[in-house]
Amino acid sequence: MNVVVCVKQIPDPADPGALDPETRTLKRDVKLILDESDSYGVEMGLQLVDAAGEGEVRLVSMAPNNEVSGLRTALAMGAESAVLVSDEALAGSDALSTAKVLAAAIARCEPDLVLAATESSDGYTGTVPVQVAELMDLPSVTFGKEITVEGGTATVKRQTEAGYDEVECPLPCVVSVTAGVVEPRYPSFKGIMAAKNKPVEELDLAGLGIDPTTVGWAGARQEITEIAEAPAREAGEVIVDEGDAHERILAFLDDLKVL
Amino acid sequence: MTAVTNRNAYASDELQAIYDQTVDFVAHEVVPHGDLWEVEGRVPRDVLKRMGDLGMFSLRVPVEHGGLGLGMLASATFAEALGTSTFGGFEATVLVHTDMALPHLLNSGTPEQLGRWLPSILAGDTVLSIGVTEPDAGSDVAGLRTRAVRDGDGWRIDGRKTFITNAVYGDLVILAARTDPDDRYGISMFLIPTDTEGFSVASKLDKHGWRCSDTAELALDDVWLPDDALLGTVHRGFHETMRNFQNERMVLIGMGVGASQVALDLTTAYCADRKAFGGRLADLGAIRQRLAMRQAEVDAVRASMYHAAWLGDQGLDNVREMSGVKALGAEVVNRVMYDCLQFHGGMGYMRESTIERMHRDARILPIGGGATEVMLEEVAKRSF
Ligand SMILES: Cc1cc2nc3c(=O)[nH]c(=O)nc-3n(C[C@H](O)[C@H](O)[C@H](O)COP(=O)(O)OP(=O)(O)OC[C@H]3O[C@@H](n4cnc5c(N)ncnc54)[C@H](O)[C@@H]3O)c2cc1C
Ligand SMILES: Cc1cc2nc3c(=O)[nH]c(=O)nc-3n(C[C@H](O)[C@H](O)[C@H](O)COP(=O)(O)OP(=O)(O)OC[C@H]3O[C@@H](n4cnc5c(N)ncnc54)[C@H](O)[C@@H]3O)c2cc1C
Repeated sequence: MNVVVCVKQIPDPADPGALDPETRTLKRDVKLILDESDSYGVEMGLQLVDAAGEGEVRLVSMAPNNEVSGLRTALAMGAESAVLVSDEALAGSDALSTAKVLAAAIARCEPDLVLAATESSDGYTGTVPVQVAELMDLPSVTFGKEITVEGGTATVKRQTEAGYDEVECPLPCVVSVTAGVVEPRYPSFKGIMAAKNKPVEELDLAGLGIDPTTVGWAGARQEITEIAEAPAREAGEVIVDEGDAHERILAFLDDLKVL
Repeated sequence: MTAVTNRNAYASDELQAIYDQTVDFVAHEVVPHGDLWEVEGRVPRDVLKRMGDLGMFSLRVPVEHGGLGLGMLASATFAEALGTSTFGGFEATVLVHTDMALPHLLNSGTPEQLGRWLPSILAGDTVLSIGVTEPDAGSDVAGLRTRAVRDGDGWRIDGRKTFITNAVYGDLVILAARTDPDDRYGISMFLIPTDTEGFSVASKLDKHGWRCSDTAELALDDVWLPDDALLGTVHRGFHETMRNFQNERMVLIGMGVGASQVALDLTTAYCADRKAFGGRLADLGAIRQRLAMRQAEVDAVRASMYHAAWLGDQGLDNVREMSGVKALGAEVVNRVMYDCLQFHGGMGYMRESTIERMHRDARILPIGGGATEVMLEEVAKRSF
């Protein structure tokens, strides 16, 4: 079984990020790393290929400056190869443009299954995977927490507020997986050394046959009109137990309508 | 993934990835549990096993024996990354296994010895110790008294060892014993499984720092070992052990550099947060300047350590450079810990603070693996 995992390479969330005042988008001229959200997709892909006993995991990523550090991490975990799309004309791409590019790159891999994260850690619009599915004319399942594949059908447990739904879906399909549902493996030291020799196919827009005026700033249909400082977090309420703490906590949760 | 980096001129992408990966592992698998290990006085075997499964013990092992075939730069990188754990005892447990004991087997082992021991050493099933120091022989290694004499098809060994890391709970000790009573340097190395009859742990030693590392006093009473327990050439053990001295010195400083950077980061954050005299501690010139000097010293030690490692990997003599790094580095790490504790104020003196533990852990560095004075003598010998 061949699985394509979309992996976004993002600025290290541990370093304070900066927004470009002119474009109001995140500055991405720093070293990029594997988005932790995508490490779950990579792990799931590897487990599915293991279970199938054949096939491989390929990675697809769109990132500026031919960045490969995040891809190398996922290759060290066990993915076999990667496709990286980089092109100056992609600057300013909104989610739909990103989806167009990813869809074109994924199509070349002819996968049985496409995995992505529910949302990225930096952009988190949570829209790219379904857009990819639509553009590729594939069924899409979201919020996947467990996937099994048998005889051309994927069975996906979809996380819901109440628990989960079990959905069956013919392959090929696109599944976006929820963070935290599997434990991503640490790359072994051998994996790290092997990753440098694994193939990364680098493509630009011409290579994908995409018209540069339909993506990037030229093709953006979304515009970020305003950015504002996040409000400072308000101090929490401290409840000192005078024998009635449990009742006050229940009342508080009741107010929040979580009970 | 954390923001700690060890950028240096010699770091390849792979070494950087090994560094990042080790820092990540340590942050998730060591830091949350280290306090408990300190109380228990040992590092649990399942952690070492996990590291073995991830190939973390294989950096220096030749490719044909299932390792990565890397050199001193890789060991320095690994040691610095481990150093970010803030638990010196954990770091020592690992580095004695990988970089202070294992190299002797790799340098001198026969194909049979390598075949017998390497797989379980790399997997973390066999944990190694290096047994050189004795109650009456520390810095003066050639003064050791443990005797090994020919007996039938093997050797009979009697003596005492002390301060031996990993030997309370470990499995295999690489031990130095005198085989030629007439030659000060007539020493040989032996591979001794800790379940050998006559071999015993006389006591588990109670230490100032490195508390999750187990340290043993060992008694060898009438221990008989077959011929294949001899490691390397008979009577040549002293010279053969010396081959790994630079590496041993380097990894001790590597862990110290990693720890120093964490200590400085913790302390600058603490001082940036702590209000005093109508501002922050970080605004006080005396504090800023002192921490800045410590940072400059750590940067200098880090750079010279990687440089000395690179010299070694080129096959060039680096005894002067690495001995200097050991001497200077150990002092710098202690200055860093002293100042970092100082600027934490009373909190730094509390058992619950990280810096209090790091301060204790650092104290061994100018003593173990070649005391500062002995290191400076190595530099002086090459200067005068
Ligand atoms: C007007 C506008 C201009 C922008 N300009 C820029 C810019 O100049 N440079 C820039 O880098 N960003 C820019 N962005 C942000 C960028 O377009 C989004 O981050 C991107 O479209 C993906 O959206 P998301 O991160 O919200 O994806 P989500 O839908 O939250 O992502 C879900 C999952 O889809 C997959 N995925 C998403 N993006 C990628 C990718 N690139 N490669 C592989 N897999 C992926 C991952 O699995 C991800 O976890 C801009 C956005 C807007 C609206
Ligand atoms: C926690 C810990 C773990 C250890 N782990 C191991 C281990 O795994 N295996 C092992 O074999 N050993 C181990 N050791 C032993 C360590 O290597 C010795 O303690 C060290 O070599 C110093 O020897 P010594 O303690 O006998 O001190 P001594 O040799 O008695 O020296 C005492 C002091 O005198 C000074 N001094 C010594 N020689 C000179 C000189 N030539 N000129 C000037 N001053 C000098 C130094 O300041 C030195 O600290 C460990 C020690 C400790 C504390």
